[in-house]
Amino acid sequence: MTTNNKGFIQGLWDFFCSLKLAISLLIGLAVTSIIGTVIPQVPNIPEEYISSLSQTKLQIYDKIGFFDMYHSWWYILLLYLFTVNLVACSMKRLPRVWKIVTEPNLVLDEGLEKSLSLTRDLKLKGGLAALKDGFTGFLAKEFAAPVVTEKDGEVHLYAQKNPWCRLGVYVVHLSIVIIFIGAIIGSLFGYKGWVQITEGTSESKVLGRNNKPIDLGFAVKLEKFSVAFYETGAPKEFKSILTVVENGKPVPGYVNIPIVVNDPLSYKGITFYQSSYGPAGEGGTFYFTVREKKGGAPIKITARQGESVQLPGGRTMHVTESTQDVRQFIPQMSGPAARIEVHSPGKQPDSFIVFRNFPKLDEERGGDLVFSYDGSDEKFYTGLQVAKDPGVWIVWFGCTLMVVGIIMAFFMSHKRIWVRISSSGRVVVAGSASKNQPAFQGAFDELTGKMEKL
Amino acid sequence: MSSSMLFNVTTIVYMVSMIVFFAFLATKNKQIGLVGSWAAYAGWIIQTIAIILRWKESYDMGVGHAPLSNLYESVVFFSWTIILIYGIIELKYKYRVVGAFVVPFALLGMAWAQLGLHSGIEPLVPALQSNWLLYHVITCFLGYAAFAVACGISIMYLIKERQEKADGDSPAGGIFSMFPAIRILDDLNYKAIMIGFPLLTLGIVTGAAWANYAWGTYWSWDPKETWSLIVWFVYAAFLHARITRGWVGRRAAILSIVGFAATIFCYLGVNLFLSGLHSYGK
Repeated sequence: MTTNNKGFIQGLWDFFCSLKLAISLLIGLAVTSIIGTVIPQVPNIPEEYISSLSQTKLQIYDKIGFFDMYHSWWYILLLYLFTVNLVACSMKRLPRVWKIVTEPNLVLDEGLEKSLSLTRDLKLKGGLAALKDGFTGFLAKEFAAPVVTEKDGEVHLYAQKNPWCRLGVYVVHLSIVIIFIGAIIGSLFGYKGWVQITEGTSESKVLGRNNKPIDLGFAVKLEKFSVAFYETGAPKEFKSILTVVENGKPVPGYVNIPIVVNDPLSYKGITFYQSSYGPAGEGGTFYFTVREKKGGAPIKITARQGESVQLPGGRTMHVTESTQDVRQFIPQMSGPAARIEVHSPGKQPDSFIVFRNFPKLDEERGGDLVFSYDGSDEKFYTGLQVAKDPGVWIVWFGCTLMVVGIIMAFFMSHKRIWVRISSSGRVVVAGSASKNQPAFQGAFDELTGKMEKL
Repeated sequence: MSSSMLFNVTTIVYMVSMIVFFAFLATKNKQIGLVGSWAAYAGWIIQTIAIILRWKESYDMGVGHAPLSNLYESVVFFSWTIILIYGIIELKYKYRVVGAFVVPFALLGMAWAQLGLHSGIEPLVPALQSNWLLYHVITCFLGYAAFAVACGISIMYLIKERQEKADGDSPAGGIFSMFPAIRILDDLNYKAIMIGFPLLTLGIVTGAAWANYAWGTYWSWDPKETWSLIVWFVYAAFLHARITRGWVGRRAAILSIVGFAATIFCYLGVNLFLSGLHSYGK
């Protein structure tokens, strides 16, 4: 029974230590990850997609977790297996590598000499002491300062470069675990939310996952929202001016802070990102000036959205749509504009656009009434993404570690040189590199070439 | 002189380079090989000037930004990085013939950009107005380019291996005799991926940093993000396969080609077939 148990645990351990498992998991993760890029994921599933699926298919997909597959039990299980695998692999291999790094073989005995492919036999003049000093100085100058060991009347020198780079692989493995820890902390103690604030008002609660309200502990006030466009009509900038209000007072340093896409506002670990905007309700009031073409004093008109307003001569008008910047629709024009509809008795309704920045333009329309648009007090709302993620710095630490580890593992090589000097003047030099042996061979040949002249 | 004219010249020079490389394969004349890689470098220098010129032109238009903002600009930059990585590998390891299988990728990119894509300079939409754009795009594309080079080398590997098997154990003859030995091709494949993998990692990390800065979440399983991770998994599998018995050589070459196919899907397929945050002003 005990042996059986031992056999099972040993088998389990070997299973988790195997490189084959690592390769299978990597390929398995790669293949399964494709599913979530093809099937829409919550919360962005279009209605049409749902209705295009048969009832059975829908139920099966839902059961397997295809609609939220990166959080499904089997995908998470793959990630756990992956983590256990890379920890086990590292635990198995690290002690041996650690020993190479911290307890190098200082003595070039025969066994070691045979195991190395780069060796060179030199015959030099001079006594043991002189050669020892000569080689020690030479290695320190041309390669790295050696450790000197005297054994059985022979002198052994050992010099190395970049021993730590052998740990690069394990640094990368560790970094993946750290990134996972950061992600777990973020999902346990952080949240993603959403808030909509109308100009001039403030909000102290945001909506989290499943529209659950979350109290911020302070309030955010939208002072003003503006949007700008390029001459082509493409959007140039969405800007919200925010003030943080705590205990009913604006917080110094957080008053009238402009935030745009790519430039958020952070307060107490909670960050607000510009995400969307729109007109706030239908409460806007529009202002126009109207005069008759044939002359007469201009009249000021005030109209609420959708409301019909009396005009001279039994005519009425109402605003059908409006914008703060018309450039997105008509690239040649700019500034606020409103489309109005004028009803004259016994005539077809007349629909046209008036522009605030071009007050004279309406004369060219040739109507009996000439309109100019004086703007509106229409308010905007801004949509802000809200995020709190206490794990994010752990994730960045992990990412940095990963890059450092990859550089150590890929671009640095642990180079070692051993020298054995006998009293007869016979000198054996041996070397090895953990990577790119051919390049090291060139350096080794050059080094031993210089040694001959010592 | 305009940048678009210079991009046309670049395309023609890359075509000349490719033809000369094919002639090199056929004639085995070393001088011709030299001309092939010189042509590629000349094209690259012209392309560099054209990219700088386009950058300047965008400032002259008043919408100044680095030319990395839409599909056209990214394809042009991709072909530039492919020749850059090829140049690094050629200068370091001296296997000129690899150019015959790498320059076509760059040419394909330039030809598609010049003939099939909208090349107008457009202002930057708010989502792209960030310095992260530069770091993210440069690292990603250098990584993609290294994978393109690795893919070219892997194709050479499979051709050469097949030829050697067909001819018995004797080294392959004909134009294949110009190919480096399969052991060397296997090693070059690995070296190219050793350049690409750190760059892809940096590309993903800078992308995550940017996403976190701009949207408040460093990872949202957006199709582009997921595909970049898929590519990362494939090359991570490749790197581990290298130290596993039975996975060196043929299987590694296949994995490298699969990796590049995933890379291309990540770069283009996601935009053409899937939806998400990375649609380059389609």
